[in-house]
Amino acid sequence: MADAIEVRHLVKRYGNLAAVDDVSFTVRAGTVFSFLGPNGAGKTTTVEILEGLRRATSGEVRALGLDPWTEAAALHRRVGVIPQDFRFFEKITPREAIEYYGSLFGHRPHPDELLARVQLEDKAHSRFDTLSGGQKQKLGLALALTNDPEICFLDEPTTGLDPTARRAIWDVIRSLKSEGRSVFLTTHYLEEAELLADRVAIIHHGRIIAEGTPPEIIAAHGRPERLRFAAAPALADYLRPRLGLAVSAADGRVEVELGAPSDALRVLSAVAASGVPWASFATAQDTLEDVFVRLVGQMDDGTLKAEGTT
Amino acid sequence: MRPARILADLKIVVRSYLRNPVALFFSLIFPIVLIALFGLIFSGAGNSPIPVQVLNLDHNSGTSQEFLSALNATNVVKIQFVDWNESKFAALLGQNDDPIGLVIPNGFAANYSARQPVAVTVYTDPEDAADSGAVLGAVQGVSNYFNLNASGGSEIVSIDQRYVGSQVFTYIDYLIPGLIGFSILTSPMFSMVDVAASYRKEGIFRQLSLTPLTRAEWLTSHFLWYMGITFVTAGIMIGSGVVLFGARVHVTLGLVPFLIAGPLFFVSLGMLAGSVAKTPESAALIGNIITFPMMFLSGTFFPVSDFPAGLQGFAHILPLYYVIDGMNQVMLFSNAARAALDFGVVLAGAIVVFVLAIRFFTWRGE
Ligand SMILES: Nc1ncnc2c1ncn2[C@@H]1O[C@H](COP(=O)(O)OP(=O)(O)O)[C@@H](O)[C@H]1O
Ligand SMILES: [Mg+2]
Repeated sequence: MADAIEVRHLVKRYGNLAAVDDVSFTVRAGTVFSFLGPNGAGKTTTVEILEGLRRATSGEVRALGLDPWTEAAALHRRVGVIPQDFRFFEKITPREAIEYYGSLFGHRPHPDELLARVQLEDKAHSRFDTLSGGQKQKLGLALALTNDPEICFLDEPTTGLDPTARRAIWDVIRSLKSEGRSVFLTTHYLEEAELLADRVAIIHHGRIIAEGTPPEIIAAHGRPERLRFAAAPALADYLRPRLGLAVSAADGRVEVELGAPSDALRVLSAVAASGVPWASFATAQDTLEDVFVRLVGQMDDGTLKAEGTT
Repeated sequence: MRPARILADLKIVVRSYLRNPVALFFSLIFPIVLIALFGLIFSGAGNSPIPVQVLNLDHNSGTSQEFLSALNATNVVKIQFVDWNESKFAALLGQNDDPIGLVIPNGFAANYSARQPVAVTVYTDPEDAADSGAVLGAVQGVSNYFNLNASGGSEIVSIDQRYVGSQVFTYIDYLIPGLIGFSILTSPMFSMVDVAASYRKEGIFRQLSLTPLTRAEWLTSHFLWYMGITFVTAGIMIGSGVVLFGARVHVTLGLVPFLIAGPLFFVSLGMLAGSVAKTPESAALIGNIITFPMMFLSGTFFPVSDFPAGLQGFAHILPLYYVIDGMNQVMLFSNAARAALDFGVVLAGAIVVFVLAIRFFTWRGE
């Protein structure tokens, strides 16, 4: 399959600030790619360069094989965009807005179907300035779909929405993928990236610090799987010299990092042999959230450099 | 340029506008308010009775005296009997300080009792349209009352209106093209400057940049809307000027080119001003700097020919001057050649500013 988006060594500077600092990635057609990062990471800057709304300082960017800045008109006919903080004409209703976009694109979408698809039928005739944040965002989504786009760019589509509205938008994003469209999704919600994305790039201070499928990222950047006992620190003192594995104790818990799954049996036998009483045990594994928090924290400490640019 | 896209955008503009009651009020009521305000202030209509020179040729018949005392009782006029030669009445009136007059013809009472038509003559003052209109109204009212009494309403007493002196155009006549020009300038300038700056700030232009709509199409749909507003406003101003103050202007097709090229010029200029500015505040400032001199010095409220020579020269560099002068040529002086010249200036300017506006205004500025 062809690549929907290709980015090589993208840089965007504002004065001395590198809002996007040598970023490279590829989005395969028909997949959901998520840019995950805290506020100010450079997500919007990147996505707007891909949409042809901002001009890259340097680097190479292609969407559907087109240069977004110089071939914007051709690109815009084939992509759908919801900007962060979507705004529209205040006195216009969702139905009118969809008809308007339909006329502009020369497509004739069925307004009622599109409104049903984003669960906005009941507000079809309400003026934009009377809609809630979630309803506005749903209209943005409906408008992004009027031209039957090949790529959908969604910049933090669920930020600030209530859980019901968020789930409604997630449903639409899943359906976009099932229809074969590519989706570029930025978010600062881990859950959202984990649930929806085929591939995730974690971005911070304009750099990609990890990229891959969520399991790949966890495997590459997470700590190893651990056995965790509710026990006194004495257990840790007993195990440490005998196992050759990292052992830690805190808050009435003792954790042993496993080098390989088979280590688990050795650990359990050693615990039994120690004679130290323990109440329960469990296995513990890093989530994407653990990895995200740690990578972002390490980068802020200066102990982590961005991943190589591939 | 695709007509379908212009039309789609025009629909949005019209809907946004019609759903904004304040804007609607201003564009429909404001023209009447302006005409009424300036008409009243500068035409000098007061509340005190207006002196009217009356020549009664019906030998002070009972009916004529009844007619005049009814007229006096309206409190609109103050009758001053004169004993002038009828053939010189108009000339003598012209030399009088209060040049409005009324002549009751010989045989007024006889005709009236025989139910034969008879006309009283009212001489009005073209330089004082408001007073003249008030006197005409009062005489008409009394005549109607007499007609009603005598015949149940069919017209026996009618009015023959004449003018005193030779001056044909009055302040109100100049005021109509002037105020049409005023609204051609102000309504697109103020709102386009604001639209340009606020749509950019709110990201609506970036939103539109993601569609096939082009800037030329967008500007065209706004031009079409303000052209429509201009036609309506001009209609309202002409109508209220004629009805309220008895303005006498020619309403011909020659007006149409100015009602098209004028809005094209100022819609584009407003967009240009709004585009070169960095913030909504500086946009408003630039808009005002451009608008205010034109608002007062292009012949809007007073004819440019009444200005001191230096100001007249300055007026000639203001684009609105050519719009208003052109409409004066059409509506008052019937001077087609000069109107065509004015139109040429306006149209050429409009095209230049339209092209500049499209060059300078960007959808996707960062
Ligand atoms: N137009 C701009 N001018 C100057 N700095 C900008 C501009 N846009 C973004 N930035 C800066 O670039 C960085 C990345 O911003 P952004 O891409 O909006 O982050 P995100 O979308 O991840 O929250 C921020 O530090 C922001 O202040
Ligand atoms: Mg952002």
